[in-house]
Amino acid sequence: MKNIVLLLLSLQISFFVTAQNAVALKLPSGFTSQVVTQEQGRVRHIAIAPNGTLYLKLERLRNGFGIVRLRDLNQDGVYEDSLLFGNYIGTGIAVKNHFLYASSNNAIFRYALDADFQPINPTAPGRLVYGLVDKGQHASKSITLDNAGNIYVNIGAPSNICQVEDRKAGSPGSMPCPILDSAGGIWQFSASSLDQTYAQGVRYATGLRNVVGLDWNNEVNDLFVTVHGRDLLFQHFPQLYDAKAGAELPAETFYRLKKGQDAGWPYAYWDQFKKKKILSPEFGGDGIKEGAPDAIEPLMGFPGHLAPNALLFYTGLQFPKRYRNGAFIAFHGSWNRNPEFQEGFYVVFVPMKNGLPTGEWEIFADGFTGKDKIMSPREAKHRPCGLAQAPDGSLLVSDDVRGWVWKISYPSK
Amino acid sequence: MLRVISIAIFWMCLSSTAYSQGNQSPKSSIGATVYQQYCMSCHQADGGGVPRMTPSLISTSYVTGDKKRLITILLQGLNEPIVVNDEEYYNPMASFSFLTDQQIAAVLSYIRTNFGNKSTAVSAQEVLQLRKQLSSKK
Ligand code: HEC
Repeated sequence: MKNIVLLLLSLQISFFVTAQNAVALKLPSGFTSQVVTQEQGRVRHIAIAPNGTLYLKLERLRNGFGIVRLRDLNQDGVYEDSLLFGNYIGTGIAVKNHFLYASSNNAIFRYALDADFQPINPTAPGRLVYGLVDKGQHASKSITLDNAGNIYVNIGAPSNICQVEDRKAGSPGSMPCPILDSAGGIWQFSASSLDQTYAQGVRYATGLRNVVGLDWNNEVNDLFVTVHGRDLLFQHFPQLYDAKAGAELPAETFYRLKKGQDAGWPYAYWDQFKKKKILSPEFGGDGIKEGAPDAIEPLMGFPGHLAPNALLFYTGLQFPKRYRNGAFIAFHGSWNRNPEFQEGFYVVFVPMKNGLPTGEWEIFADGFTGKDKIMSPREAKHRPCGLAQAPDGSLLVSDDVRGWVWKISYPSK
Repeated sequence: MLRVISIAIFWMCLSSTAYSQGNQSPKSSIGATVYQQYCMSCHQADGGGVPRMTPSLISTSYVTGDKKRLITILLQGLNEPIVVNDEEYYNPMASFSFLTDQQIAAVLSYIRTNFGNKSTAVSAQEVLQLRKQLSSKK
């Protein structure tokens, strides 16, 4: 409830800010924002090389291409030099050790980068992985890399809650859920071997409906993810959940994952008010009974349906000290909170130390939608979707409605 | 304090979801009720859908065109990629065959005459006929 009050207050303020200037974001005091590129299309995740070259992954082809490389050759702070390549749509993109990694909805590719972090052969990437589940629903493949030569990819469940008939009121849950063999989790592959399929990969963690945000945390050397929780509790079980409960539940979740762990989907969901794993009603739950006893608990739960699309651990020196090793999470914003207003569409900060939250989450950057209240996500002018940390310690935020990228800085006084 | 705010939020929600009830017959208010209960979560209060997830119901050929095709979507659901307004959609829509013929006719008439659509109404008789046809084909 406190969060909602804060949210309303902050929305109120951001309204006045955006009324003056359609671009300015509402940020904590001392921070500034600048739009560094505009109208790049459906920009999903972004990655930045140590020299500032920025890569954008597109969800819809532009002139037949799905990756944009941007440079700021004249050093005026705005990216003016662009190259389009990669003939596939997708979400995931990462730069590591002079390689660019990018995902389509069923494969992962790798491009060697030269000394200036430019692709040596943009038309002929190596195909690292192919044949991953892609049934349209939750098909985006987010990626991140560790420091031991592995790449991690989310394979979202092509389903809401593993019913016999997806998203049909009254259809029971499949027990055990067959989807989990090839989706609903994180898979680990070699970051250098070509043409791997499921057989060469490891199901690193399971019971994750649809991870879109993920990042490797170098402070504690573990994988962390943000998960999109299930839909339709109220619509399918009005006798157990009223509209308000269906808007708030279940939590969107933030996990630290170790190899072999299970986060409980589809059998249970996280109730952020009770702080318990509650048995899904499709599997016999009544909103109270607990479920998935062996599943891990999240580090934190957020209000339902906010869609955490990107996760980034801040390691820069530019922002004040309390931000170091904390998590930024970009929320794409909800569609599923009717009759309530939709919520999200902002970047959140979670203060952390040693891989554990040290305080509550707070809204860090707001005002992307250009409106103070949103009934339907269609009304949002921009929706945060990707995050990257620039070499100078600024934070970049991408938008997949119109393809803008903001740079958020903390200028020294 | 919290209570006042939550009442205020509730009131704002109600007032903004209220539909313009101007020239609607009692029949289309059944349609509005069915829409709000069964369709609105996905297709949204304004019928505009959700970008990349749920197609719009505003002047699409599925909504304003052939009634048989439209009734069939509700009776059988839709689970194949479709292109609406130049955008591809993949999420499945489950069947709503559990609704009565009256409810289906009312909600389809509602979407065909709201959200800026100006098409003809669907009758319960038409729904019943198609229901029979589809079940005899099985
Ligand atoms: C669970 C979400 C959901 C609900 C609830 C839902 N729909 Fe849909 N609807 C969809 C999706 C997704 C598609 C596209 C299906 C596809 O691509 O195969 C769709 C497609 C349609 C279409 C055809 C495409 C278009 O936009 O013209 C119509 C008409 C339609 N829905 C009407 C309804 C009506 C009427 C209701 C309520 C009785 C309803 N829907 C409830 C998700 C939903």
